[in-house]
Amino acid sequence: MGNKTDVWQGTLALMVLKTLEAMGPIHGYGIARRIEQTSGNLLSLNYGTLYPALLKLEQEGFVASEWGLSENNRKAKFYKLTRAGRKQLEREARDWEQATAIIGRFLSPAEEA
Amino acid sequence: MRKLRALWMRIGGLFRFRGADGEFSAELESHVAMHVEDGVRAGLSEEEARRQAMIRLGGLEQTKIAYRERQGLPWFETLWQDARFGLRMLVKSPGFTVVAVLTLALGIGANTALFSVVNGVLLNPLPYPHADELVTVHASKQNFSEGSISYLNFRDWQRDNKTLEALAVSRGTGYSLTGMGDAEEIRAELVTSDFFPLLGVKPVMGRLFAPHEDEVGREPLVMISEGFWARKFGSRPDAVGRVLTLDGRDYTIVGVVPVNFDLQINNFRASDIYVPIGQFRNPALNYRAAGLGIHGIARLKPGVTLEQAQADMKQVSERLEQIYPEADQGIRAKLVPFKYEMVRNVKPLLLILMGAVGFVLLIACVNIANLLLVRSNARAQEFAVRSALGAGRVRLVRQLLTESLMLSLLGGALGLALASWGTKLLLRLLPEQLPRAADVHVSGAVLCFTLAVSLGAGTLFGLMPALRIFKQNLQDALKEGSRSATGSRQRVQSWLVVFQMATTLVLLAGAGLMIRSLMKLSEVDTGFQTRGVLTFGLQPTPTMINQGPDAERAYLREANARIAAIPGVDAVSFSWAALPMLSDDEDLFWLDGEAKPQNQAGMHWAIRYIVEPGYLPAMGIRLRKGRFLAASDDEHAQRAVVIDEVFARKFFGNADPIGKQIHLEQYDDPATVVGVVGHVNQWGLDNDAVNPLRAEIYQAMMQLPEQQLRLTMMGMDTVVHSRYNAEATFKSIQSAVAQMNHEQVVYNPESMEAAIAYTLTGRRFTMILLATFAGAALLLASIGLYGVISYLVAQHAREIGVRMALGADRRDVFRWVLVRGGKLAVFGAVAGVLAALALTQVIARFSSLLYGVHAYDPWTMAGVTLVMMVVALAACYLPARRAMEIDPMQVLRTE
Repeated sequence: MGNKTDVWQGTLALMVLKTLEAMGPIHGYGIARRIEQTSGNLLSLNYGTLYPALLKLEQEGFVASEWGLSENNRKAKFYKLTRAGRKQLEREARDWEQATAIIGRFLSPAEEA
Repeated sequence: MRKLRALWMRIGGLFRFRGADGEFSAELESHVAMHVEDGVRAGLSEEEARRQAMIRLGGLEQTKIAYRERQGLPWFETLWQDARFGLRMLVKSPGFTVVAVLTLALGIGANTALFSVVNGVLLNPLPYPHADELVTVHASKQNFSEGSISYLNFRDWQRDNKTLEALAVSRGTGYSLTGMGDAEEIRAELVTSDFFPLLGVKPVMGRLFAPHEDEVGREPLVMISEGFWARKFGSRPDAVGRVLTLDGRDYTIVGVVPVNFDLQINNFRASDIYVPIGQFRNPALNYRAAGLGIHGIARLKPGVTLEQAQADMKQVSERLEQIYPEADQGIRAKLVPFKYEMVRNVKPLLLILMGAVGFVLLIACVNIANLLLVRSNARAQEFAVRSALGAGRVRLVRQLLTESLMLSLLGGALGLALASWGTKLLLRLLPEQLPRAADVHVSGAVLCFTLAVSLGAGTLFGLMPALRIFKQNLQDALKEGSRSATGSRQRVQSWLVVFQMATTLVLLAGAGLMIRSLMKLSEVDTGFQTRGVLTFGLQPTPTMINQGPDAERAYLREANARIAAIPGVDAVSFSWAALPMLSDDEDLFWLDGEAKPQNQAGMHWAIRYIVEPGYLPAMGIRLRKGRFLAASDDEHAQRAVVIDEVFARKFFGNADPIGKQIHLEQYDDPATVVGVVGHVNQWGLDNDAVNPLRAEIYQAMMQLPEQQLRLTMMGMDTVVHSRYNAEATFKSIQSAVAQMNHEQVVYNPESMEAAIAYTLTGRRFTMILLATFAGAALLLASIGLYGVISYLVAQHAREIGVRMALGADRRDVFRWVLVRGGKLAVFGAVAGVLAALALTQVIARFSSLLYGVHAYDPWTMAGVTLVMMVVALAACYLPARRAMEIDPMQVLRTE
């Protein structure tokens, strides 16, 4: 666990949106697992924080939810991206790329020196 | 937008805790189950898999709490919790709650009521399109800064100005309406064609006057008010085109003016009918020097400032002065903004009252703060316990503030109810003098004001005790009970009481000065008797118009005799010019020996009373020298005038005026002074002494020139003195006059007593309200002092008991308590007198409410200080008695 990074403030929503875009309708547990897998198990996600984040996205109208059956025939709540959510994802992804690019520029010359 | 949507859903979430909770539990359950399944598949025991799942989740309950906080609005839930707790605390001490809420309700209610008046009168925009472009127009001249405009000057101003969109004039008058049931005197306003269009008034039926229809020599037309239309024509549309017989002449109705039309400026009255000014049958309409009570209104062209328009009109007036030096010497157009014209008399009064009522609320807040301080003392342990259990100080302060805001909102709600009643009461106290009374009601702005005041008050009195929590060491409180912090708390309470006392003294001083002013005014010598004097209008039958001077004089003599014969009436006189306190009229003259002046500006002015011999006894005016006008001063006799002592002193100095001759502008022959009478108060009790125009002259009605004598047949005033009351007298006069001829009317009865009382309405209103506020403040402040001293006694009961046990005299104890309270009162009085000296200066500077007293009137200041000290000592008396009756044995036993 030692090398794992905590999820940065504010990035969880972006990860959730991206996951939903990639996976289609999926339940909370699935999202959590998927985020961990995608990060190459480098992220330590407290699963409990996922649900308030999902609720916030739902309140903002970026995701929708309904009850369904999991692959193992278990009742679970499935989340999917709404049209507004798709737009929000594009917007946030763009912002994020911009932000990392800027930080990158600051960091790379320092590494050379 | 998204934020808003989320907020909305969270507010919705507040009311769906349970169902949503269950749903989330199910979701978490399925999450954990899936996690466990995965774990088992990976080879863990089920128990270990569940443990791992829980660790990764971060705890079931924690997750649920995080979810719930996101679901609703946590701060709102805390607030709700605080509110419920606060409510329980308030219900637990109903005495405190009731006193606090009622105090606040009174304070906030009074503020709201007064604010609704201020809002309606001073703040609301006027109900006319682009009202800020509207001005009233007057002629400034010698003795009158806002005098009336002559018709010819008006026409030239109208034509020559470059800055006014439109200029119109109006003048009040009355007509006798015949041919529609009983003859009736109706109120009318002469207007020009631009009058209604300028204000944006649209006719309900028919049309307005067209351009040029207002000129002299045009066909007689009339517009009627909607009320008159309903009363006389049952609101039938065919009224337009019908004919009204006014003063015996037929006027065709062209339109109906809306019912709500009223211009609340000094020189205009909403009337039954409106007539083009060209129909005014006064030959003086064509004298450029005659103002005739005509005043104007105008609309500035868009973008033109008041100063530009004023400068433009000054140029116009100066040009006219050059062309007509004789009539227009020194005459200038004067523009006054509409709103200022409407409210200038009440503005300072309302602002002073608003300030006063604000003080009362402040005092009320301080009282409640004091009560809360005592309570917070009692609750110190509670807070210590809560703090020990982990409540932060901010959280505790929030709790206290929530409680005080609940109190103030409750008070505000109750206050609003009081205010809607109080506003009506205010309007009734000040019925006619208040302009724009119809605009006064509890509006949205008033509701906002009440809410803001309630929240402000709640924060103010809640913050004081709440802040103590920050200063106080809660652990000490927990250890020692409530005694540790009392010292400094008492100091705060004492200062609050001093503040209350000081504020109260300011209010008392204001009220005291008003009362002194009114007392001084009631001592003012009016120069005439008020008891039993009745004035009313008399309009002879329309057939009397244009009958010639002989018939007119015969009529006057007969009517006078008929009225004089009525039982109880012991003197009667017709009057056709100025009447003290009611109307004014002026005469111009030059003295014998002076060259005839070139123009009016070179002449002397006097207030002119055109009366009959009965006037002197009817009004009870004192004769100083010579004789008053007599029946023999008639059309055949030499012209005689009587002057008042001011006239005599001003123009004849120490010389004997009897027999002196003066030249009145309107007569060719000189007039001889036959008598001198006492000065009569013309301009109102408070204004007469300072008015530049005070000289008075009396002329005989029978000696009026023909042209003016004819005008008396269109209506004149009558003054009678009767031994019976005004109402009964007027009834007998009505029947006597109707017996003489049923087409003549008497109208508008007014007793001199009422006329004088009316001039004092504004002052009386201010005095009553200020006195009420001051009384309320005094009551509140004495309750505050009583509370603090009682608390002091309770706190020191042990000490007092011990002292008594050691042999202290009970009277010493009594004195000790009184001195403690008296000290606070003295501090308060000193601070209050200083503040009052400053604030009463403001009253004196910005209003004319004070009469005959200085803002620093020592008698008033001493009087109100004495009143306050007496009340303060009375408030300390009960606690002092209680201290004296402490039983040392009992105190020592409980130790």
